[in-house]
Amino acid sequence: MSGLRLDKAALVHIALIAILFGLQFVLPEYHHLSLARIMVLATYAVGYNLLFGYAGLLSLGHAMFFAAGLYGAGLTAYHLGWEAPAALGAGVLAGLGFSCAVGLIVLRTTGVSFMIVTMMFAQACYLLTFYFGDLTRGDEGLTIPQALRSFTALGLPVDLANPAVRYNLALALLALAIAITFAIVRAPAGRVLVAIRENEERTTMLGYGTFRYKLLALVLSGAIAAAAGAAYGLLFGYVGSTFASIQYSILPLLWTLMGGAGTVAGPFFGTLIMFYLGDVSSGYTSAYLLVVGIALVLLVLFFPKGLLGTLRQKWLPWLP
Amino acid sequence: MAAVAAVTLLATAGLRRDFGGLRAVDNVDFALEQGEIRAIIGPNGAGKTTFVSLICGRVRPIGGRIVFEGADITNLPAHERVNRGIAYTFQITSVYGNLSAFDNIALAAQSSIGKRFRGAVAVVDVARRTGEALERVGLADRRNVRAGDLAYGHQRLLEVAMGLALAPKLLILDEPTQGLSDSEIAGFCDLIRAIAAETTVLLIEHNMAVVMALAGKITVMNAGKILAEGSPEAVRADEAVQRAYLGG
Repeated sequence: MSGLRLDKAALVHIALIAILFGLQFVLPEYHHLSLARIMVLATYAVGYNLLFGYAGLLSLGHAMFFAAGLYGAGLTAYHLGWEAPAALGAGVLAGLGFSCAVGLIVLRTTGVSFMIVTMMFAQACYLLTFYFGDLTRGDEGLTIPQALRSFTALGLPVDLANPAVRYNLALALLALAIAITFAIVRAPAGRVLVAIRENEERTTMLGYGTFRYKLLALVLSGAIAAAAGAAYGLLFGYVGSTFASIQYSILPLLWTLMGGAGTVAGPFFGTLIMFYLGDVSSGYTSAYLLVVGIALVLLVLFFPKGLLGTLRQKWLPWLP
Repeated sequence: MAAVAAVTLLATAGLRRDFGGLRAVDNVDFALEQGEIRAIIGPNGAGKTTFVSLICGRVRPIGGRIVFEGADITNLPAHERVNRGIAYTFQITSVYGNLSAFDNIALAAQSSIGKRFRGAVAVVDVARRTGEALERVGLADRRNVRAGDLAYGHQRLLEVAMGLALAPKLLILDEPTQGLSDSEIAGFCDLIRAIAAETTVLLIEHNMAVVMALAGKITVMNAGKILAEGSPEAVRADEAVQRAYLGG
């Protein structure tokens, strides 16, 4: 009974990945590139959603995790000459270690204090990218040399500047992030995260050390964000301070709200919609941010649970 | 006739807690024996809820000790006390409104089962124990109902079922019959009696009919102190208790 329902949910997500795989053969060049970019950014949003949508912790500083991956990969590639796979690993590890250290501190707060403390940490990290301007070249940023972005894996030459390679790596990353979220949500730990979101004190009184679960959610969320950051730097060849700015802390929140917080695939759809909303409207008016803003107001008014959140509430209660 | 040696499950010594300038719990020495149903009564503000909150770890004492099963638990965090077998059901109904009745109880069952066993066996065990708890409180036909949509009386029962699913050694019930109708209270008393066959029950209660029907022993608190303790009959006859309640 419930097994069938869960399988249906798994199939829907597998179908989504399959459709995204198929799209690369029909999309024109411009949208092909855009979708690759969207999938990497959506991975970032999926990671953000794990903490915000499931554990209920609203971070305003996730750019620091994205940037930890971006610079972890970018600096090792640019300065140490590491090839892309090693640099990607360095980025993810940097994100893991960093989110663990930051988590031990910021998780001592909750609610509004948590929002402020994460934002302050992220601002400090943003300023660090300028402080170490000799290494990072701040706003101007670093361009990852083409030579390091092409390498051989399993005897095959791989060139990250190749659109097809880029698209499929981005898709693989997104699929992995969705699979991780899906597995956690279905596991007992996922039920505990939702319980913490709904009522933390009650959850403590059921015998759960909530700090440990929140740390787990934050570290996974930070590591996925860092993987997205590392992939972004390597796939598109640019590493700069903008990605550590407050704007990149707010964006995953907006994408997640648009698609539906606490839904596995919602952040992808949110990223997709917001990206094209800005993209299309900027073709007509320079005030395209106004269009985006109005869309967000309408969302809050009519679909406060986001796209997939509303779908789940009204028609698809089995959607994870 | 040889008396059966009573086993002390829980004891407190010199337990104290202030709120601002007010001493909510004042040097309380208290002992609870395994298998009993104990009621704590007293006027509003007597410190009853603070006292049980100290026992279950929601509130930290400023002095004194708490011993559970012979081990000092004074400095243990609340969740570890739950893992040792102290379950607390909230005075103000505190179920997860957005989750189903089943998921509410499964969270409790998973807490006591899931940490010891892993994998598929645990999942089946959790579902079985959740089903049993639902049966026991009579909510089996409402397992998929959102907890927030349950009637108030059913939410109270759900609270108790969550406590049961933890398989505790000590179940603390904070005013469980508050807001229930007379017919619901009768059913509730039967349920508590059945639970007490395998678990020690500590009950804060205002409804004296419930207290007299259930408790083997009553502790009376007033102004943060234990005023009297004894059998229901002895407590009812106690002059100090009458003064505290009647203001004489």
